[in-house]
Amino acid sequence: MNAVVRALGEQSTSRRRFLQGGGGLLLGFALPGFGAEQSRNEKPPEAAVGHATRAMTQESSGLEPNAFIRIDRASAVTLIIHKVEMGQGTFTSLPMLLAEELEVDLQQVKLEQAPADNERFGDPLLGGQVTGGSTSIRASWNPLRQAGATARTMLVSAAAQRWKVDPSTCTARNGVVTHQGSNRSLKYGELVDAAAKLPVPKDVALKQPKDFTLIGKAHHRLDSPDKIDGKAQFGIDVRLPNMSVAAIAISPVPGGKLQAVEDKKAMAVKGVRQVIKLDRALAVLGDHMWAAKQGLAALSPKWNEGPNATLTTASLVAGLRAASEKQGAVARNDGNTEKAIGAAPRKIEAIYEMPYLAHATMEPMNCTVDLRNGLCELWVGTQVPALAQGTAAKLTGLPLDKVRVHNHYLGGGFGRRLETDFIALAVEIAKQARGPVKVVYSREDDIQHDMYRPYYLDRMSAGLDDKYLPVGWFHRIVGSSIMARFAPAAVQNGIDADAVEGAKDQPYAIPNVRVEYVRHESPVPTAFWRGVGATHNIWVVESFIDELAAAAKQDPLAYRQGLLKDQPRMRTVLDLAANKAGWSKPLRAIEGRRVGRGISVQFAFGSYMSQVAEISVGADGEVQVHRVVCAVDCGQIVNPDTVIAQIESGVVFGLGAALWNEVTFDKGRVQQNNFTDYRVMRINEAPAIEVYMVKSNDAPGGIGEPGTSAIAPALTNAIFAATGQRLRKLPVTATSLKA
Amino acid sequence: MPALTVNGKSHSLDVPPDMPLLWALRDVIGLTGTKFGCGIAACGACMVHVDGQPTPSCVTPVAAVVGKKIVTIEAMDQDPVGRRVQTAWREADVVQCGYCQSGQIMAAAALLAAKPRPSDADIDAAMAGNICRCGTYGRIRTAIKRAAEST
Repeated sequence: MNAVVRALGEQSTSRRRFLQGGGGLLLGFALPGFGAEQSRNEKPPEAAVGHATRAMTQESSGLEPNAFIRIDRASAVTLIIHKVEMGQGTFTSLPMLLAEELEVDLQQVKLEQAPADNERFGDPLLGGQVTGGSTSIRASWNPLRQAGATARTMLVSAAAQRWKVDPSTCTARNGVVTHQGSNRSLKYGELVDAAAKLPVPKDVALKQPKDFTLIGKAHHRLDSPDKIDGKAQFGIDVRLPNMSVAAIAISPVPGGKLQAVEDKKAMAVKGVRQVIKLDRALAVLGDHMWAAKQGLAALSPKWNEGPNATLTTASLVAGLRAASEKQGAVARNDGNTEKAIGAAPRKIEAIYEMPYLAHATMEPMNCTVDLRNGLCELWVGTQVPALAQGTAAKLTGLPLDKVRVHNHYLGGGFGRRLETDFIALAVEIAKQARGPVKVVYSREDDIQHDMYRPYYLDRMSAGLDDKYLPVGWFHRIVGSSIMARFAPAAVQNGIDADAVEGAKDQPYAIPNVRVEYVRHESPVPTAFWRGVGATHNIWVVESFIDELAAAAKQDPLAYRQGLLKDQPRMRTVLDLAANKAGWSKPLRAIEGRRVGRGISVQFAFGSYMSQVAEISVGADGEVQVHRVVCAVDCGQIVNPDTVIAQIESGVVFGLGAALWNEVTFDKGRVQQNNFTDYRVMRINEAPAIEVYMVKSNDAPGGIGEPGTSAIAPALTNAIFAATGQRLRKLPVTATSLKA
Repeated sequence: MPALTVNGKSHSLDVPPDMPLLWALRDVIGLTGTKFGCGIAACGACMVHVDGQPTPSCVTPVAAVVGKKIVTIEAMDQDPVGRRVQTAWREADVVQCGYCQSGQIMAAAALLAAKPRPSDADIDAAMAGNICRCGTYGRIRTAIKRAAEST
C-alpha cells in the first residue's frame, strides 16, 4: 500500500508525496533557515561548503521537505539522520530532540544514514548536506523538536477520533496514547495508519524547558554498543565480493606528475592484481592490503616534480612575511585605528605565527568504489555526502542518480572529511580497476597528502592610554583562503569570513579597531581544521590581550574583566572559570619546575567559553599541562555529558597541536611521516579537565570546536606566567623554554 | 599455509608468512574490529591478544603467531575481564568516533588481567601506546578504574 509522506512546515500542504511500499506514518520535515534567535550574527563560514556542494550537484536550494521520520505499525521509530557521526555525539543528541517531543523512549528511535541529497538533507545553517562548523544541534534544535511534536499531535488526534473524545483529554507517553478519563490506551503503531490520513497541524506548541524529560539530562551514547565490540562499520571496514585493496603513491611534491614506473616488479608479487597509473599518483591493487603494499614497495616510480620541488618552510614563511607588509582587505574598521595608535603614549607590536597542521584522524583516508554497468557506488565516511556524490558524478560522467553514497561512521573528521580529494582519487582508480576497489591511505600518505590548516602570520599592534587601556587595536591576518578555493562566492570584498572569524568580532571594548585580511597562497593545499578560523584567531587575540595586560602590569583576568563590562555572557564564563580554577590563590609549587596559570575567553560557534590552564615547565623546557578548567555557556544544553565530552576532546586535540604539531616542507616534501614525528597527545600527557556549564535557556550554541580554539591561548599565557616568555609562534616546541 | 587460531576458531590461510596479522584478520578472515592506524606499532589501534599478551597486530607477522591463541575485540565479550571493561566503557561513555576503541579495550583488558587493581601510573604505562584523537583519555582512566572495582 502507499504510505503518505507528509511534509511538515509551511510548505506542507503543497508538498505531499507518495512513496511505494511499507505501512505506517512517514513524515518529512523541513529544516528551515536560521531565525533571528540565533546568537551568532552571521552564517558560519562553512556555509560556503554547502554552496560548493550545491554547485557540484546542480541542485536547487530552498526548503524542500527534508529529513524523514518513519513510524511503523510495530511502533518502531526511524530517523533518517541528516548529520554524520564522527564522535561528536549527533547520533545521540539529535534523536533526543525528536524523542523529547514525540514522547518516545530514546532507545526506541532507530537511525538510518541519509543518502546523498543536498535538497532534502541540507543543513540550513550551512546551505548543503554538510556536517561541520559545530552546527548540528544549532540547526536541528527547532526542526527536529517541531517534527516530533507534529507527529505526536497527529497520533493523539488519531486516538481521540477512535475513542470519540477531545484530544486534550489524551496524553502521549513512551510511545502510547492514553485517554485519561477511561484509561484506554493505544500504541503509536496502532495509530499510524489513521494518523497518516489526518491533516498536518500547522502550529504545534513545543514544550517549555521546565517540562523537558530528555533534553538537558545526561544520556548514554547510542553508538557505544557497536563501538566497543568491533561491530561498528567505518568506511575502511567495507568488504565486497571480489574487491581488491589498493595501496597508493601520490606525487611527493604538490603538483608533481607521475613520469614513469616499471610495473613488472609489482605484478610479480603474489596477490597483486593490477598496477594503475594516474596523472599524479600510482596505485597497486591486490587481494589484500599486504599484497598491495608489497607490490607498491617493489616499485620505484619517477616523478616529474615540477616547479614546487624547491619549496621549504622558510620560503613559504618568507612569502607570508612579505605579504604581511601590504595593506589587506578591511574586515572591520571602528574609528581611526592608525591615528589612535599613533597618538597613544605607548605602542605595542607583535607578529604571531601558526604552522601548517595535519588532521591525522585515527581512521586514515579511504574510499571503496564499485563502478560498473553505469552505476557508481561509494562506501566511505564523509562529512559531505552530496559533495562526494557530485565529485564522483563529474569524474565518471554519470548522472547524480547513478552515484550512490553509502555513508559510514567516521573515524574522526576534524574537517579532513569535508574534503573529497581522497574520494576523487578512489574514483579515478576505480575507472581503471577490474572490479570493486578499496583505496586505503597509509598513515604516511594520510599525513603527507593531507590538506593542511593554513600557516597564518598575523601582525598586531595596539596603543595604550595613560591608564594602559587599549585605545587602538590593529590586527592584520595573512594566510591562504580556504573559502576562495572551496567556494569563491563566499569571499566578499576580499574577506574570507573564515580567515577573520574570532578576529573581526574580538569582544573587547576598544574605541578604534581595524582588522585586515591579506590573502596569500602557496602550492600547499589548505583546508578546514577543527575550530577553523577561531582556532587561529582566538589564539592571537587572547595572547595579545594578555600582552597588553602584562604591559599594564595588571592581572590578566582583571584586565579582561575591565574590557568586557558590556558582555555579560562573556563575563559570566570568564568569572566562573577563574573562580573554579582558584585564580586568586597561588599555584602549588613543584620542585624543579616553573609553574604558571593562563586564561582565555571567547565567543565562537555560538557559545561562550573561558578556560584556565595550569602548567609547569621543567628545566629542559618540557611543558606539562596539569589541569584545565573550562566554563561554558552554550545556551540550552541537550546532552550535558556530550558537552563535557566535546570540551574534553577539543582541549586534548588543541593542546597536542599547540605543544608539538607543525607540518614542515623541504624540497617540496612534507617532512612528517607518522605518529613518531607528528606527535599527538597520549593518556600520560593529558591533563585533568573540569567542565562547568552555565544554565541557560537561550538557543543552543555549537560545542564540537570551541574547546579546541580556547585552549592554545590559555596554554601559552600560562607558559608566559611560568617563564616570562611570550610565545608568538606555535608549536610551543618551536621556542626553547630551557631554564 | 599458516593456520591461525583466532577467537577459538582455526583458520587455514593462503597468505605469505611475513604478512602482518592485522591484514590477515581484516582482509582475509574478515574480522574488521581490529583497526589499522599507523602500520608501525605507534598508535595501538590494531591491538589484539596473543596468548593473553597485548600485541600490535600491524607489525606481527602471521608466522610468529601460528599455534598461538589470538583473541580480537570480537571475542572480548566472552572474556570475563573483557566484558567488565566493555561495560565500564559503556557506562563512562568513553567512545566518541570509536575508531581507536577496539585497541583501547584490548589494552585495558590485558592490563586488568595482569593487574586487577592498577594505579594511575600502571594505567599510564599500559595505555600510553594507544592514541585517541578524540581525546577520551580521562574517561578511559575512569572506565579502567570502574572495571577494576567491579570485580
